[in-house]
Amino acid sequence: MNPGISKPSSVTRRQFLRDGARAAGLAGLGGLLGLVAERSTAKGTVWQIDPQKCVRCGNCALYCVLEQSAVKCVHAYALCGYCQLCTGYFEPDPNDLNTGAENCLCPTSAIKRTYIEDPYYEYTIDEQLCIGCAKCVEGCHRFGNGSLFLQVRHDRCLNCNECAIAKVCAGDAFRRVPADQPYLLKTDTF
Amino acid sequence: MKIAGRRRKTKGARGRRWALIGGMALLWLLSAVASLAEQRFPPPDFEGGHQLPVTTTPPARALTLDYLDVGVLGLSLGLAIWLVYRRRSRKGLIVLSIFSLLYFGFWRHGCVCAIGSLQNVALALGDRSYALPLAVLAFFVLPLAVAIFAGRIFCAGVCPHGALQDLVLLKPLKVPPGLEAALSVLPFLYLGAGVLFAATGSAFIICEYDPFVPVFRLSGRALMVLSGAALLGLSIFVGRPYCRFLCPYGALLKLAAAVAKWRVRVTPDNCTQCRLCEASCPFGAMREPQARPGTQTHARDRRRLGWLLLLLPLLLAGGGWLGYRFSAPASRLHPTVSLADLLIRAQGSPPKIGALTPDDLALERARQAPQEILAAAAAIQRRFAIGGWIFGAWVGLVFGVKLISVSVHRPRTDYEPDSGDCFACARCFEYCPNELVRRGVIPATTLTAAAPEISGPPGLDRS
Repeated sequence: MNPGISKPSSVTRRQFLRDGARAAGLAGLGGLLGLVAERSTAKGTVWQIDPQKCVRCGNCALYCVLEQSAVKCVHAYALCGYCQLCTGYFEPDPNDLNTGAENCLCPTSAIKRTYIEDPYYEYTIDEQLCIGCAKCVEGCHRFGNGSLFLQVRHDRCLNCNECAIAKVCAGDAFRRVPADQPYLLKTDTF
Repeated sequence: MKIAGRRRKTKGARGRRWALIGGMALLWLLSAVASLAEQRFPPPDFEGGHQLPVTTTPPARALTLDYLDVGVLGLSLGLAIWLVYRRRSRKGLIVLSIFSLLYFGFWRHGCVCAIGSLQNVALALGDRSYALPLAVLAFFVLPLAVAIFAGRIFCAGVCPHGALQDLVLLKPLKVPPGLEAALSVLPFLYLGAGVLFAATGSAFIICEYDPFVPVFRLSGRALMVLSGAALLGLSIFVGRPYCRFLCPYGALLKLAAAVAKWRVRVTPDNCTQCRLCEASCPFGAMREPQARPGTQTHARDRRRLGWLLLLLPLLLAGGGWLGYRFSAPASRLHPTVSLADLLIRAQGSPPKIGALTPDDLALERARQAPQEILAAAAAIQRRFAIGGWIFGAWVGLVFGVKLISVSVHRPRTDYEPDSGDCFACARCFEYCPNELVRRGVIPATTLTAAAPEISGPPGLDRS
């Protein structure tokens, strides 16, 4: 190759290749866009726990990227038996059926027990205190109606690209749900 | 995987103290009977007319806010193009960087970002049932589309990861060119691995091991926090180590920027070859003028290129085979495969009694439908085998192309940033006397005084 005459031509050749590569890149990007766009959703998705699949392993309290997990216990009041001896609230063999910490299952006293009428008590979750450890959920599931269950609370959830809890979920209960229907609430026992 | 909708009926005892109450046999009986019943304790009829509270459902982040993110991304990209090509303003880019860091980083907690979005796109390609949110798709496409025309504008001041590293760069050191060339293949390998694991539905490793998300969130796992702190410390001395030597999205942007229509040029005018900008780039993107090689070296280079081109298919095949060999252990990153592994290893052992760990509970789930789990795991491993071939061949291709690119000499007359490596940070502009004249900082006559030092014809090839 003679450097004297190859110089201008090499510039145009390179320019030509560059233009071609750019066109190919654009076409590729467009093709990719077309391929995935038909499967896209305009709604967006969020993470949620399927309470029917949850095995109450306790990972939700440990693996969330937030310091205090975005997973909280929620209560389906319509399913609750309003039991005096709530197995989601009390330790397995409580000394006494009162609100003393030594009798309670919840490590953070996040469940409030309110007397309604004899012999019914209402149990409400204080989400500020709940850490999503599922201890009460397990107790309620095992011996009660299963009206307590875990849900990702979307006022807290960062909606990570990949949920750190979903990756370690023992029950394979996490899944992406449409953002406009972000909860999988229990309407049925167990 | 496919036990959706099935109700859980068997229950292993959990919590020794519960077992004390009834004894194991009774417990199994009780739970089996109870789960047949509709509700163990019927809901009460309140005589006092107590109203049941409603279960609250705080809504997810409004969708309009997702589109606001896309809008902010688009506007920031446009602003960055204007700042780099029209204003040529480093100060403007610093302000934009701080804004991006605050908005995409600390406000949006670094999620969703363009870097991670490539995994969503890979998952959408690999898994037909995954619905890719349009906002995420926009985060993937917009910076790439801009890069094809205007280079790595996204890196310049829109990416919060880049902005964070750029803003802490105080004492830039030069990375030895050999090391730089060797490390620069890492983003492409990371990209391949990220796509492999995302497309098989195993893990979003790019997000999982992201070093800067813990900074944005001010919390995170120990490994992430430590790697983030280490990289941030390194960024004080080495310009943008994550962007240059790790970022998988940067690898895509580099490919796009390599063919960009508009390129960042140091000088707004003609290059006078004053060499003032030589050491201006802290990211090793500045390329020196290079003479056309003599005929002897040229012939040697051509021979070498010929051999490398012959080697390329071998690298592809060898890499593919190696990738295939390692696909089985890699597939254990998929939760279903690791569960199937656990199931096979636990075969024959009796169900555990007493306090159950999450692994025990997962095993219990697997034991209810062992065939389904094993079949699902086998299907995933077959996908991994194919993915392993592709990933391995990709690794071979990356190494092959890197070898070819270091042995190809491209004659260059001016000092100019490599369009693939340049982050368009605008640092080099103010090193150029022509630029200072343009800004009116120095009078034009200063240049003519320095003119005798100019050697060679001023910029013939400025494409």
